Amino acid sequence: MRGLSLLVALSCSTSLYASMAEKAPDLRLSGGATTTFDKSVNAFSLPASNMSILRRDQFFIGNAFFTQPWVSAPSSTTARDGLGPLFNSNSCQGCHTKDGRGQPPQSREDTHFTSLIRLSTPPTTADHQVVLQTLGVVPEPNYGDQLQPVAIQGVPAEGKPVVEYETIKGQFKDGSPYELLKPKLSITDLKYGALQPSTLLSMRVAPVMVGMGLLEAVPEAAILAFADPNDKNGDGISGRPNKVWNIKTQQSQLGRFGWKASQPTVAQQTAGAFHGDIGITSSLFPAQSCMPQQTDCLAAPEGGKPEVSDEILSQVTFYASTLAVPARRTVTDPQVQAGQVIFNKSTCASCHIPHYVTGKTVGFPELEHQSIQPFTDLLLHDMGDGLADSRPDFAATGSEWRTPPLWGIGMIEKVNGHTRFLHDGRARNLMEAVLWHGGEAENAKQAVLQLKAEERDALIVFLNSL
Amino acid sequence: MKRSRYALLIATLLWTLPFQTHATPTVTPPQVIEHYSSIAYANYSDTLSSAKVLQSTINDFLAKPNAETQQAAKTAWLKARHIYSQTEVFRFGNPNVDEWEGRVNAWPLDEGLIDYVKTDAYEHEDGNKFATANIIAGTEPITAERLQSYQEKGGSEANVAIGYHAIEFLLWGQDLNDDPKQSGQRSYSDYLKDNNCTHGNCERRAEYLKTVTDLLVDDLETMVKDWEPNQNNYRKSFTALDESEAIRRMFFGMGSLSLGELAGQRMNVALIAHSQEDEHSCFSDNTHDDIRQNIQGIQNIYLGRYVKADGTTLEGVSLAQLVNSKNASADTELQNKLADSLKKAEAIVKTAQDGVAFDQQIAADATYNAQVKATIDALKNQTAAIEAAATAVGVQNLNPEPLEAE
Repeated sequence: MRGLSLLVALSCSTSLYASMAEKAPDLRLSGGATTTFDKSVNAFSLPASNMSILRRDQFFIGNAFFTQPWVSAPSSTTARDGLGPLFNSNSCQGCHTKDGRGQPPQSREDTHFTSLIRLSTPPTTADHQVVLQTLGVVPEPNYGDQLQPVAIQGVPAEGKPVVEYETIKGQFKDGSPYELLKPKLSITDLKYGALQPSTLLSMRVAPVMVGMGLLEAVPEAAILAFADPNDKNGDGISGRPNKVWNIKTQQSQLGRFGWKASQPTVAQQTAGAFHGDIGITSSLFPAQSCMPQQTDCLAAPEGGKPEVSDEILSQVTFYASTLAVPARRTVTDPQVQAGQVIFNKSTCASCHIPHYVTGKTVGFPELEHQSIQPFTDLLLHDMGDGLADSRPDFAATGSEWRTPPLWGIGMIEKVNGHTRFLHDGRARNLMEAVLWHGGEAENAKQAVLQLKAEERDALIVFLNSL
Repeated sequence: MKRSRYALLIATLLWTLPFQTHATPTVTPPQVIEHYSSIAYANYSDTLSSAKVLQSTINDFLAKPNAETQQAAKTAWLKARHIYSQTEVFRFGNPNVDEWEGRVNAWPLDEGLIDYVKTDAYEHEDGNKFATANIIAGTEPITAERLQSYQEKGGSEANVAIGYHAIEFLLWGQDLNDDPKQSGQRSYSDYLKDNNCTHGNCERRAEYLKTVTDLLVDDLETMVKDWEPNQNNYRKSFTALDESEAIRRMFFGMGSLSLGELAGQRMNVALIAHSQEDEHSCFSDNTHDDIRQNIQGIQNIYLGRYVKADGTTLEGVSLAQLVNSKNASADTELQNKLADSLKKAEAIVKTAQDGVAFDQQIAADATYNAQVKATIDALKNQTAAIEAAATAVGVQNLNPEPLEAE
């Protein structure tokens, strides 16, 4: 499968899964009928355009709980109390600003930032192997699987991340120079003892929220059709599905969400973020995110059992599932079209698969049978040493990452006022993000390095049209 | 007394409208579209007039701050809201209103952006770097441009520096509910000069209140101009639309306000969270009136009947008549549902007038939760009837066509 030209890949997926799509997709409609044509700072914050007005109350209720801050327990605001005790932000919107993309801490003084640090240790015991089945990682014994740099009153926060950058210089074949920033991550002000020496750190920025329900609605077979775990076709690209734990069904299942595809569903991703990022327990994550010796954390009052009710969790999940994908702009611009040809010729589209048709999905009629253009295969790829965080997660190795969807990427600057890309936001623009590609994407990067200046411009203009 | 008279009016309308329709069989969409625009113009004109009254009472208050002038300003604000809230039915469907609306009615707001707050009674989002900016305590010149630049600054929608709710906060202050019957208890002395000034920065606070009130009047003038007849404006492009698109915008506005905005975001969120932080007019405890008047606005549009601020009635060819000419039972059903939701909302208003404000009605375990829930359910049913009525006149899909935006 891998290495077929874009056209063949498209027709393949079309013949197998796209019997509903009778005509060629409108290139503007990245999210099918859910697509919004809003080009303002609200471009990531709107309900699926085809959502019936009779279902919009759920969207707006979810939006309110996504936006409004959670408070310490006990509080008269009973439905929104239970913040922390340890947390990253007191609301979803705090990191997913305008439902958009986060960035790395800007300075040491930055007390609130829109990214987080994952922590774990390599498995060494039989018990660890058991933990891996359901958690995917072995949490650091003192701090757990995520650094929580903020805490409620009376509980010490865990510590502060420090990111330092080393400049790497290089040049394109035509001699044009470029510079990349390589981050070095550490943690200061550790309040619960030293980190275990073997601790693995990985910084992740908050991803854009749009289109998640559509990605959940892509048939599993359509994703697995692109997998080539042993690179049988010898094109240097494997593509492996992550297999992760579904807490609700208590079974292993294809992972789709998160930078390493470690979450199977929007619901679990949402509950996981409530738990790890805001410190809110739910029926899926009933225990406070405190480690055994974090006694102040364990002793702090809870905001109910669980802290977020199933009703509210389902509204926020509904919201996260149905945020409209922004339409592509300027699809008929010759430079954009030239850029897409370069994107395909450079084999970017081998992993950033442009087109799928969604299948059935219970409870979301607006997401079913949509012809979508997410530019991802939702599979794991070895991206080389440069990007490796050396921190495995379920089946993902320390150098593998999920191909991130590219839809909406050209709207991030408008919505969030920055252009920091990749999992840890190290890239300061789209070209830097491309140049960090290595491993299975080494050939694609080499192809980009050969491009002339105007071809590079066209490639970026194409990406910005998404 | 007032309530029963209203119910009678509705009943009268319910009985008479179908007969009127049969008597005038030539109801056409252009007539309905024209009359809808006339109601928009009349309602926004009244809103502007009421804002000018508010402006003059605020000028009086600032010239001579005392309890009496402050109360006059508050009363003018409540009257202005009573009229404005009916116009919200013009949002959603009409892009000119939708884009403009945040300038006058954005909420909930992180009031620490504007002025001092009691910290332990103040919730705000961690990521909002401006939630405690306290513009009034700062040194930058207070100008309309500057205040507008704070709207949604840094990406947080809770950064609201202008509009009705900013004025509301400056008149009432935080509603601390030391006594549940009370709304915000800001003293007029926050506006006194020299040593009598409480909480500091009284002159800047006065400057802020004046600037933001003048800006509201300017913004409302813009909207009145958009709906003025015989001008090269939004109304002209609206009335020139394909008939079915114009009718779709009317129904979409009614349905979107009814369920997503009012029943969902404004009422159900506050009820589920049991939190006054999630209620609409939280400083003044005026949320009950916002709710009732939103519903009234929906009814105005459907029945083609608007009671102006001067007490006269603007009446004309209505959506109801158009629906009735195609499907009488869809019309009856929607009229029944509109009457029902208004009746349910009247219970919330009555309770508030009896001293239990909306923020107490939604409190955990409050016996009044049920009547709030009943209104939400009535609005849901009403929205289904709105969709059915739209279908009856040939609007198959209430949602905007994605391609229209191009």
